[in-house]
Amino acid sequence: MYTIVKKERLNPTVTKMVVLAPKVAKKAKAGQFIILRVHENGERIPLTIADYDRVNGTVTIIYQIVGKTTMLLNQLKEQESILDFVGPLGKPSNIEGLKNVCVIGGGVGCAIAYPTAKALHEQGSNVTVISGFRNKDLVILQKEFEQVSDHSYLVSDDGSTGKKGLVTDVLKELIEQGSQFDEVIAIGPLIMMKFVCQMTKQYNIKTTVSMNPIMIDGTGMCGGCRLSVGGKTCFACVDGPDFDGNLVDFDEAISRGATYKDFEQKEREATCNLLQKEA
Amino acid sequence: MINMANEKVAMPIQDGVTRRNNFDEVALGYDETMAKEEASRCLNCKHHPCISGCPVKVNIPAFIKEVAEGNFQKAYEIIHETSSLPAVCGRVCPQETQCESKCVRGVKGESVAIGRLERFVADWYRHHVKEEKKPPVSNGHKVAIVGSGPAGLTCAGDLAKLGYQVSVFEALHVAGGVLMYGIPEFRLPKEIVQHEIEGLKQQGVTIECNSVIGRSESIDELFEDGYEAIFIGTGAGLPNFMNLSGENLKGVYSANEFLTRCNLMKAYQEGADTPIQKPNKAVIVGGGNVAMDAARCAKRLGVEEVSIVYRRSMDELPARKEEVEHAMEEGIQFQLLRNPIRVIGDESGWVKGVECVEMMLGEADESGRRRPVEKPGSNFIIEADCMIMAIGTSPNPLIRSTTEGLDTNRKGCLITDEKGKTTREGVFAGGDAVTGAATVILAMGAGKTAASAIHEYIQNKE
Repeated sequence: MYTIVKKERLNPTVTKMVVLAPKVAKKAKAGQFIILRVHENGERIPLTIADYDRVNGTVTIIYQIVGKTTMLLNQLKEQESILDFVGPLGKPSNIEGLKNVCVIGGGVGCAIAYPTAKALHEQGSNVTVISGFRNKDLVILQKEFEQVSDHSYLVSDDGSTGKKGLVTDVLKELIEQGSQFDEVIAIGPLIMMKFVCQMTKQYNIKTTVSMNPIMIDGTGMCGGCRLSVGGKTCFACVDGPDFDGNLVDFDEAISRGATYKDFEQKEREATCNLLQKEA
Repeated sequence: MINMANEKVAMPIQDGVTRRNNFDEVALGYDETMAKEEASRCLNCKHHPCISGCPVKVNIPAFIKEVAEGNFQKAYEIIHETSSLPAVCGRVCPQETQCESKCVRGVKGESVAIGRLERFVADWYRHHVKEEKKPPVSNGHKVAIVGSGPAGLTCAGDLAKLGYQVSVFEALHVAGGVLMYGIPEFRLPKEIVQHEIEGLKQQGVTIECNSVIGRSESIDELFEDGYEAIFIGTGAGLPNFMNLSGENLKGVYSANEFLTRCNLMKAYQEGADTPIQKPNKAVIVGGGNVAMDAARCAKRLGVEEVSIVYRRSMDELPARKEEVEHAMEEGIQFQLLRNPIRVIGDESGWVKGVECVEMMLGEADESGRRRPVEKPGSNFIIEADCMIMAIGTSPNPLIRSTTEGLDTNRKGCLITDEKGKTTREGVFAGGDAVTGAATVILAMGAGKTAASAIHEYIQNKE
């Protein structure tokens, strides 16, 4: 059992949890993920590690409440426990030697982009952060991003906070203005990563994306997380989750991500009703 | 009195139509009368050839003699001397190619039903004897086991009996490995697996779930933690695909994924949080036990048409004969001498068909089996909204890529000597991680061999 030492609502649908998991904290690195299970009949869901504290033995996760499992997870209070919490899984992000990097986070993907930006900042890289959200209510981690970046830009779809527009608009502007990025690291919805990669390809900038496909075991056993990268099938859990974005088949990933859409929808509604009744 | 009947006492089973609608165990097991009757078919041969066919060397004639005399507890104790998991072996061992293939009674009729008797004894013990096993006196030495599948559990059990302090590290949230995630409930009830594991815990074995060695801790760190020897029994690993066009469409599963969702995550039960597709027509590619398991799970999930596509003929099917017969009784269709060449998708990215070609058998290949070759122009399409690839696995890279001095072969399997010693001092390995995908009992045999090698290694070190 893994105790929740802190729980904080970041916005109406996104929550941060600090979980006591000393063995995971001891080994965690930016880019890696954990798999958790909330209860005995629960499913295993992967969540990227948002932060870790080796001294206190804690791991931070940030999740969006999207389906049954995240709803149930969100029912847990501080000092209560998560049944299973395994990690760190996946390969750490390879950020060694990068001097000038643009980190792009979209929505809850910012939770994953943050530790990468932080690690880059700590190794002395020049970090530019572009974060994008649908509207001002969904903004997370702005203060944190400012602390670990040299330049930070905020955009929203409706212009209710920051500049109105897409992360790609800012990226294009920066590149056109002469910013020389060794690498762009983009983490967010698949569709955002797809468009970022389409743009960076034109400018021939190496781009890394963090993939978060459907997964069960997370150790290379089930193959559910497979994706096509440069025409080859890779397993996100052991070969990733970071991949060269210019090689990833995003359309396939988007399609595969929707495999259980109907099931998830039904479960979400049933859980919603149940929780409302209980409340 | 020796029972000279030429045939085994029949095993009561659920009939094919009933059982394809449930996940309950297919074979129901002998009762005491049947067990005694079958046991008295054993000639108790002096040279006991059956034992030589058993990878863990169960003293078969001795336990069968006790069964014939109604001393079931004594029979259990004899089996348990060499086998840590009798209830499991009695169900999933391919006895027909092992102990039973050596049985003298098999020359003129059917061999003695050694497997069924083993199962009976283990089940009888589980139902009748409630005493807790006691941990033996500790010898003060610590051994780590990586993976809690059949190889790891057997190795753990044998070492615990010798007084070692054994810790088993398991990546998943529950111990048992393939016995839990792979082999379906109707062949091996999960309650039985957990009961056997409980027995190991009573002998002092500790099991730490949610531990991915190679990530959460390295082999080197285990040594630093004071473990004097380490056994790697991490199993088969990454599922193989065929690199067909359309293989990543929705509805294409590896058998590992399909079975894990179904068995480990209990997706077949109402109310499970883990989803599984409920297809109308499923194609399973492959001819081994895993293919049979996947096909039979699909049938039980309500799939109307389940076809097994295998590139060789019935004679070469690697699955156990009993599994093939059971699959047929349950209405699974066999498309033999067929091979998939393309997966066809619909406009929303779901599988809608599998294009296959007919095959014919040519010259024998290095495995001794006749090599299948395509019949040109024989292409045809099987309609299906689900395709399950059961064509084997490749070893998991997690440990070999994070451990110095651990050599692997071309395929990525760990290299060991015949005793299970790897190229790294103090590290032993066995099971599918060494051999590639094989059977539960071979993994148990390897776990057993490694346990005695570890014992020898630690005793000589002093």
